[in-house]
Order: sequence, then structure tokens, then C-alpha cells
Amino acid sequence: MSAEQSPKIVIVDESPIRAAILEEGLREAGYTSVVRISEMQSLLARIYALDPDIIVIDLENPSRDILEQMFQVSRAVRRPIAMFVDQSDAASIQASVDAGVSAYIVDGLKKERIKSILDLCVSRFNAFSKLQDELDRTKMALEERKVIDRAKGILMKLKGLTEEEAYVLMRSTAMREKKKIGEIAQSILTASELLK
Amino acid sequence: MTTPLHIGFIPLVDAASLIVAVDKGFCAEEGLDVTLVREVSWSNVRDKLNIGLFEAAHLLAPVAIASSLGLGHVKVPITAPFNLGINGNAITVSPALHVAIMAEIDGAAADPLVTARALARVVAKRRKAGAEPLTFGMTFPFSTHNYQLRFWMAAGGVDPDEDVHLVVLPPPYMVDSITNGHVDAFCVGAPWNSIAVDRGVGHILHFVSDILVRAAEKVLAIRQSWSEKNPAVVVSLVRAAKRAAEFIEEPGNRAEAAYILAQPERVGVDAEVIQRTLDGRLKISPDGTIRESARYLLVGREAATRPDPLQAAWLYAQMARWGQTAVSPEALKTAMAVFRPDLYDAALGKSGGAAADTAIGAFTGPVFDPEDIKGYLHSFDIPRRAP
Repeated sequence: MSAEQSPKIVIVDESPIRAAILEEGLREAGYTSVVRISEMQSLLARIYALDPDIIVIDLENPSRDILEQMFQVSRAVRRPIAMFVDQSDAASIQASVDAGVSAYIVDGLKKERIKSILDLCVSRFNAFSKLQDELDRTKMALEERKVIDRAKGILMKLKGLTEEEAYVLMRSTAMREKKKIGEIAQSILTASELLK
Repeated sequence: MTTPLHIGFIPLVDAASLIVAVDKGFCAEEGLDVTLVREVSWSNVRDKLNIGLFEAAHLLAPVAIASSLGLGHVKVPITAPFNLGINGNAITVSPALHVAIMAEIDGAAADPLVTARALARVVAKRRKAGAEPLTFGMTFPFSTHNYQLRFWMAAGGVDPDEDVHLVVLPPPYMVDSITNGHVDAFCVGAPWNSIAVDRGVGHILHFVSDILVRAAEKVLAIRQSWSEKNPAVVVSLVRAAKRAAEFIEEPGNRAEAAYILAQPERVGVDAEVIQRTLDGRLKISPDGTIRESARYLLVGREAATRPDPLQAAWLYAQMARWGQTAVSPEALKTAMAVFRPDLYDAALGKSGGAAADTAIGAFTGPVFDPEDIKGYLHSFDIPRRAP
């Protein structure tokens, strides 16, 4: 293996979007040899066939334990000898664990190159987490919107209010009870279910 | 209140003492502020413990030893002042393999030597017929499951490295893997064997207590450096865990313990399935056959909670037997020193209790002697290479 050429990097991730984001980042940084694996069946056999220099895997992936087999005396042609960066480099390990990514690295690569690859993966992972959070928040807001609309409909029907009046009633109740308007709307839905 | 502690665990029934210690408030009563963190892989638990994201963890006993010796990974000395479980695993085979083994059986199917020899005949027939070797799933290279499976099949003449495929599978994937035929059998802890039986895709062939009367399964693992700096916290943790173990072993508390463990953020399976495990009363066949064993999983009884260096030595000998390390007297000493009955006794005094008989109790082979591991290993025909 020549460590000076672009090392072969395998990304093991069940999230295709995150894997794509990682791959894009690596390619932009000049790492041209990147393969993604999202299917966990026969994971070890596929990795042996690809014979990568570096394997990057999400820490939330239970298949991480499967990779531990590579460290055994095995029939594998070549096996990674270190995990994360280096035993001495606690900061990188910590950063990688915090970000939820771990890297298995085959011997023979220069430490600085490994560090830059890992740093890149860590920052991309963090960027993805942020995106995911925003998406979750948007989804929740959307759900809340739906609940509020249904509660409004119930108030309009039961109390003969206009849409505007129904909304104002919920908002003022929320303020008085120091609750979110979504919670008040949910209570209305629950109550109306019970009283059916 | 002491500083907050983060303790990692894998959703398995043998994390029971830790989970109950926290959720019943025993930790809080000892002045501990513990957050349990559910993890998805043993590698994560080990690494987060090693780098200090966890102060303690529910850990495979062999991983605590491997980590202390630097086998397979970075070397971080681990201290185990409390044993979280003895036994608790089972070997489950697919319905097809069950039929094949039963067709070859020559004696009592409850005898592991008889089933292992039957397995050897199944393996030989498959080879002759040009069929793929059988695949066995286990949970981690450094796991009791791995060693129990190997010990069993080797006794019947099956070389686990030559005659079958032995693969690591995360426990939650075991049932799916046997359903879709990716494995023919597996050795795993509770509740996964019961779930395979309930779904009609597996037969429990053996409880691991058929293979070894007593095997240290999981430990409460603490980084040695941290343990030395925080002796009072270690004492409190051991006390809380011991109280939880005693709570769980009280038959009248079983239902409550099972309910606590069943919570989605804990083990996350039906309380009824968990209680079967705690009671040692398992459905072993899809036809409804029940098997009861007082030895299936020991959480707190028979001094299961007291770490036993003999167990550490036995696990170390398995690592040597299967080529994970070479035998060395220094390494043996290090391995045995991971298990700390002294810390356990210091925390609990006489109330900790001691077992009358703590022998390994293997179904075959010589009595294990930590003073002569080389002689012990030479007594086995398998692996066929010289150890």
C-alpha cells in the first residue's frame, strides 16, 4: 500500500444522507477514493473485499462490534491495527466520540493525514447533527400547527367562534396558564375525545 | 451529593443490578447522582469508559481483562469491584439445525457432550455434501459467549476456526439473522434467545450453565485510575448494586424488577420475557416446552456478585486457547487482578457473602488450574494447532 496516494476510505453508515455529506467533504478535501456501505449484511466480507485503509463508522451503529473482529488473528489478508487515531491522541478520540464517529485505521498512514481526515469527518458529522436537529424542530412545529388547527375547529364548532376568536381564546388561556399554545390545543383535543 | 456519574450499559437483562440500583433510588440513597446511558455496542461502552465519558460501565468480563492487557485495542487498566451476572447466555439453533442435530444424537440431548458430537457429525456430513459451513453468531471477540460456544463445540471435535464460521453479531440483530438464514445458531444473553423461540425461529439447545456451572458474565467496570482516586464512590456504587441484586433475587420483587427493566429506555422488551429470565424458567422450543434451571442466570444469589479472580484466570486461559494472546505469567497476574474481591469485601464487610463452591465446573476436560494454564491448554485436542 502507498500511503502517499489518496487512501481508500470506507464509510459505514445506515444514513445515506449523512454518508453522502461525509463523502462530499472528503472528496472536496482531495480524498478521491471513498466508498459508502449502508447495508450491514455481510459487512465484514465486503470490507475485506474493498481492503480500505480507513473505515469510518457511526457510533450509533451496533455493527461497530462486527468490525472488532478485524483485530483478531484472522484469515484476513490485511487488518487495521489501530482504532481512532492513536492511543496518545486523547483529544482526537474525545472529539470523535463526542461527534459520534469512530475511525478504524490501517497501519502505514501518516498520523497528520489521519488527523485531518478524522477532523473533517467530525466536523461533517456535527454539521449533519445540526441539520437533523433543525429538521426535527421543523417537523415538531408542523405537528403542533396541525394540532392547533384541529383544536381551533373544535372551538369554532362548539362555541360558535370565528377562526380568529378561537385562536385568541387559546392564546390567552396559554398565557394565563403559563403553557404553550400547543399544549392547550392538545388538551382541547384530549378533552373532546373523552367527551365524545 | 457527589459529582454526577455516567454509567454505560447495553440493554440486556444482566444489567439488572445497575438499572434497579438507579431506578429504585438505591444509588441516590448512597449519595450518588447516576445517569445511565444506553449504548448500542460493546466497543462504544469500552471506548467511552476508556476515555472518561463514563466513570463506570456494564461490561463483558473478558473485555475488562482484554482492555487491562491491551488486547485487540488500546491498553487501559480496568477494575471490577462487583460482578453483575454469572451465566445467563444460551445457545439457540435454527429449526433446521435442530432437526439435523437431533437426527445425529446418540444419547441424552441435555448432555452438551452428546450434542457437540452430534454437531460434529452434522458438520462432517455437510462437508461431504459440499454444503456451506455452518455459521454461528456470538456477541464479541472477547466475550463469554465466544468462549462458551467454542468450548462446547470443540469438545465434540468441531474446530471453531476451521469447521464452522464464527461471526460477531450485535445482540439485537441475532433474531433477524437466524430468521433470514444468515446464521444457523447463536450464543447470546437474555432476552434474545427467548425472542427467537417466541417467533418460532429458534430452539434453545443449551443454557450455558450446561457447559460451565459458573462463568463470570458481566462486571461493573471502572477505570483503575479513576477508581483509585475515588474510593468512597466505588464503595457507594458497590453497596447500591449489591442492594439492587438482593432486591431482584427476592421472588416477591421479581415482577417489579422486570417492570423496571422493561422500560423503553432500559432493556425495552416485555416485562414477561424479562421475568422468565430472572426466574430461570424459559420456553426453549416453539412447541411450548418449558425448561427450568436455578442456574440460568445468577444476579445476586450464590455470591454471584463477588468478583472471583479464578474466573478471570479461566477467561484469560480461553483467550490463550483461541490465539487471542500468548500465555505469560505476568499477563495472567494482571488478568486476575482486574477482579477485585478485596474492594467488594471492603465495601460490604461480611454482608457480601461468599460462595461455598466457586469452581468453574466445565462439563468436560480437566479441572481448571490457574497455576498450570499451559498444561490445561495442552489437554485439549482443539485447536489442532499447538497453543
